[in-house]
Amino acid sequence: MTIDLSLLPDGGVSWLDASGSHSDIVLSTRIRLARNVDGYAFTSRAREGERLRVLAQVREAAATSASLAGAFLFRLDELQSQDRLLLHERHLVSKELAGLDANHPVKAGSAVFLGDGLGVMINEEDHLRLQSLRSGFALAEAYERAAALDRELGGRVPYAYHPEFGFLTACPTNTGTGMRASVLIHLPGLVLTKEIQRVLTGLQQMGLTYRGLYGEGSEVVGNFFQISNQTTLGRSEDELIDQLVHVVRRVIEKEEEARRVLQRDAGYIIEDKLWRAYGTLRFARSLTFEEAMNYLSGVRLAVGLKLITGLSVYTLNKLLVFSQPAHLSYVEGRTLTESEAAQARARYVRDALASEAGSNG
Amino acid sequence: MICDSCKERDAVVHLTQIVDNAVSQLHLCEKCAAEKGVETSVGLPQHPLGQFLAEVQQQVAVPAAEAGRCTFCGASMKDFRAAGRLGCPRCYTTFEGSLRELLRRVHGHSRHVGRTYDAPAPEHREQDTIRGELRERLRRAIESEQFELAAELRDRIRVLGE
Repeated sequence: MTIDLSLLPDGGVSWLDASGSHSDIVLSTRIRLARNVDGYAFTSRAREGERLRVLAQVREAAATSASLAGAFLFRLDELQSQDRLLLHERHLVSKELAGLDANHPVKAGSAVFLGDGLGVMINEEDHLRLQSLRSGFALAEAYERAAALDRELGGRVPYAYHPEFGFLTACPTNTGTGMRASVLIHLPGLVLTKEIQRVLTGLQQMGLTYRGLYGEGSEVVGNFFQISNQTTLGRSEDELIDQLVHVVRRVIEKEEEARRVLQRDAGYIIEDKLWRAYGTLRFARSLTFEEAMNYLSGVRLAVGLKLITGLSVYTLNKLLVFSQPAHLSYVEGRTLTESEAAQARARYVRDALASEAGSNG
Repeated sequence: MICDSCKERDAVVHLTQIVDNAVSQLHLCEKCAAEKGVETSVGLPQHPLGQFLAEVQQQVAVPAAEAGRCTFCGASMKDFRAAGRLGCPRCYTTFEGSLRELLRRVHGHSRHVGRTYDAPAPEHREQDTIRGELRERLRRAIESEQFELAAELRDRIRVLGE
């Protein structure tokens, strides 16, 4: 089976469209709910028959779910690794479920339902990982959609639930609400003013945590941080979300303040640096992924500061996803070596920027 | 898992045998199982399971939980410490004391205060789904030598009809 991403509503990347609030700073918002089906071992200990039963039960429940109307099911266990990587690069499946780690190949029964801004990973670390993804800063809305889907599926599939411990998960760090609420936020101002460490330490003191662009275990690249709740037990979903909203608002204010300081105290140095980033992306003939990410971070800041106009945040968001290896191979229609990918990336970025040639503001 | 008899096809029938008071497992593919006269539609031998299990039970002494293993999935706290993952929902009851302490350390609390949940009533679920689920649980019960539970599951499957 070869993947056809046109089957997905908006290719599964409507969360990139920069339509949400504060979208120049907050890329996207995600709610993840971990659930398990009662009566079976958790995925890592489940036998193949159990994983396939879980998949069958979720499929049956999904068929009657209004939230998943029009959603498409991808059986990861039937896809080539290149296609699984493609879904991972779009933030639609985790690395673990996609079986991208050589030591943990894809397991029978691994699948994902993808609908418009909603998804369900099946047989990940937990039997179900419900995901709701929104553009910009929209925690309450994202939670509403995830909760509606959760009610629909939980009304058909019996979840593992304990009156004292709440929703039971394979890892006790997710037990209780099973909820991880996160925002993907761009903080170049705080990084450049060297305020970032203080902000990150503050987050941890408030029971929050941060990760890189691709979640757990991923590095921070291009000044993108995923901020999320750390605890899942002893607080309600609403309390956890309210706290995150409150803290992220403060972080946004701090970032805006840092940007003002930069412009005031180092105006021409910053301006020069950001235009050089734009120039490199506009004309380079070879770009590594890291380089592309770092220069894109600069250009995104320049757009936020209105130094560059006529370039949409949506275009920049798309470049983040589409300049990754599996996407470049997909566009080129063949597997690329590292240097071929670097050249294809530079070409792709050049074309995208040329078609929207930014102008000096 | 490969068939113990032909060593070629996947085993789909898992038999528990008792020879000289020792419990052993036999895994067979559909074809070999049929040749040995085993009914494959429910993956179990045809002779009355209740009586068969009653005999076994007297011979299997220590209950799994007391040996520090989950009665459903067979995982121990040692397995959990090695993998960082629990084996199944039942582990939360089996290791309740240790887990309550661990949850308190991780989250600062051990009591859920978020959304509550009631599982759907069985009459609202598809018979086929329930049957499939019970069969999987029966296989696991036999594998983990919980023969009383296996007998009960077998009866429930019988009530639902084949």
